[in-house]
Amino acid sequence: MGASGNPAAGGGVEQASYTTRFGSLNSFDRGGVELVNDDARHYAFSNVFDVASRSKPWEKVAVGKNMEYVLEVVRAEGISEWRTAAHDEFAVCLDGEVTLDLVKLNSSPLAEGSEGSVAINGEPAGPRMGRVFLKRGHQALLPAGAAYRFTATVTGVLLIQTIAGPDTQFRWAEICQTV
Amino acid sequence: MTVSEIQVAQSEGTNAEGYHEFSLGEFTFRRDEFFVYIIWPTGNHIMSADAFLRALQRDVAWDFFYGVVNFDGVFGTVNHYGTVDIFAGRYNESYRKAELDYSENVETPQIRETFKAVLADWTNSTFDPFASPHETGAAFGIKNGENLSAVTRRRVAANRMVAVPGDEQIRSDASGFPVNRMFRDVDQSEPVIEVEPGFEGEVAAFSLFAYLSRSDVTWNPSVVSACKDSLFCPTTEEYILPIIHGNDRVEWFLQLSDQITWEVEDRDTGAVRSRVVMKAGDICAMPADIRHQGYSPKRSMLLVWENNSGDIPDLIASGKTPTYPIEF
Ligand SMILES: [Fe+2]
Repeated sequence: MGASGNPAAGGGVEQASYTTRFGSLNSFDRGGVELVNDDARHYAFSNVFDVASRSKPWEKVAVGKNMEYVLEVVRAEGISEWRTAAHDEFAVCLDGEVTLDLVKLNSSPLAEGSEGSVAINGEPAGPRMGRVFLKRGHQALLPAGAAYRFTATVTGVLLIQTIAGPDTQFRWAEICQTV
Repeated sequence: MTVSEIQVAQSEGTNAEGYHEFSLGEFTFRRDEFFVYIIWPTGNHIMSADAFLRALQRDVAWDFFYGVVNFDGVFGTVNHYGTVDIFAGRYNESYRKAELDYSENVETPQIRETFKAVLADWTNSTFDPFASPHETGAAFGIKNGENLSAVTRRRVAANRMVAVPGDEQIRSDASGFPVNRMFRDVDQSEPVIEVEPGFEGEVAAFSLFAYLSRSDVTWNPSVVSACKDSLFCPTTEEYILPIIHGNDRVEWFLQLSDQITWEVEDRDTGAVRSRVVMKAGDICAMPADIRHQGYSPKRSMLLVWENNSGDIPDLIASGKTPTYPIEF
């Protein structure tokens, strides 16, 4: 059974094929919190494509926060600045096509143990590490101590797993369901 | 306590249906063709064998998870990360008022080995508790072989990220993970990677969507990437979450594909708080004082995001940290 798709003994029949629905900048649908006895703000409900559709390119807008950790949504359009962090971060491409360039920094502007990413002025000094071509659904490591830059060949949306830093934007009242 | 020192209390023989009976502390457990019977000093409880085994499978596989794993509105476990409370009626207002609730604290290795033994003994050869109902036979009937490979699946947990050399690897036909029947339309291409010599361990990427499309289980969050204590635990969901998860910390959901409806109740009383409908791209928090159960009409991809810090349960329980993530 399993992947062969055979119905369970005595079970119903399944459809011949299914359509998986992903969202995109141009096409997304929102659900929401239907309150019975609660405060909608406690759920901080938003939609990453909605947030990205209202963001400037490469703004890092928090859509999730758990103590010091954040999930940021980034509208990927054109070429980003170079950034770096003292810890691993991760980028998931949720829409569009984005090229990631990585450079090993000769010296990091950040102290060991510092949290969040910072922008680097100008070109990073250090050896090239490599390049990754991301499409929808692809996840990449942004390794600690590396400088990274994104180039959107097709405008899209990135989700960044990281720690809140100086450039993390908090605009919950604008992006979340409040009532 | 090492595994070899642990004595699982099980009956010497089997009952008329071929199953062993088990006990843990003052709780006893037995099953017949359709049902599981749970008995404790102040009461007893009956559950469908199907629902019980699906819940038990998650509790065992997640090593009692974060906070409360309610098998239903009466029975479940609370993780204290070293010990586990096993309870009946503790998060049920009627049982509390009638003073019929009962709770016992046991060492984690003891409940782990006991629950593993129950799961192994009560799962027949044609039933996979991790599978969607369309993908497996029924849980019911008299004892009919076993399905040890299904109930002892290796727990996937990346240290840094899936696809990093030496870490968890991507799934493929060759590694025994074909694309699920409900994800046949998901693009299987992997990212193109150019690595300069010497940086093979640092330049890494993979298709998260392809990886999830090949998951052979439902409702089983497993780590794909870790930023210190921030863990991405995506999972594929179909039909109903077999437990009602009671939070001891805030957790977040990002719906990556399709749709899930969450029924949200007060963690302690079970009173209805809200219903949350999540479509692709929606993200929201589950507060630390609720419990939730999800319904997924088509197999969907859900990113569960956890903060694994061991400090949080005390901060929440003592009121030092609010039960919701953001003040605005
Ligand atoms: Fe949960």
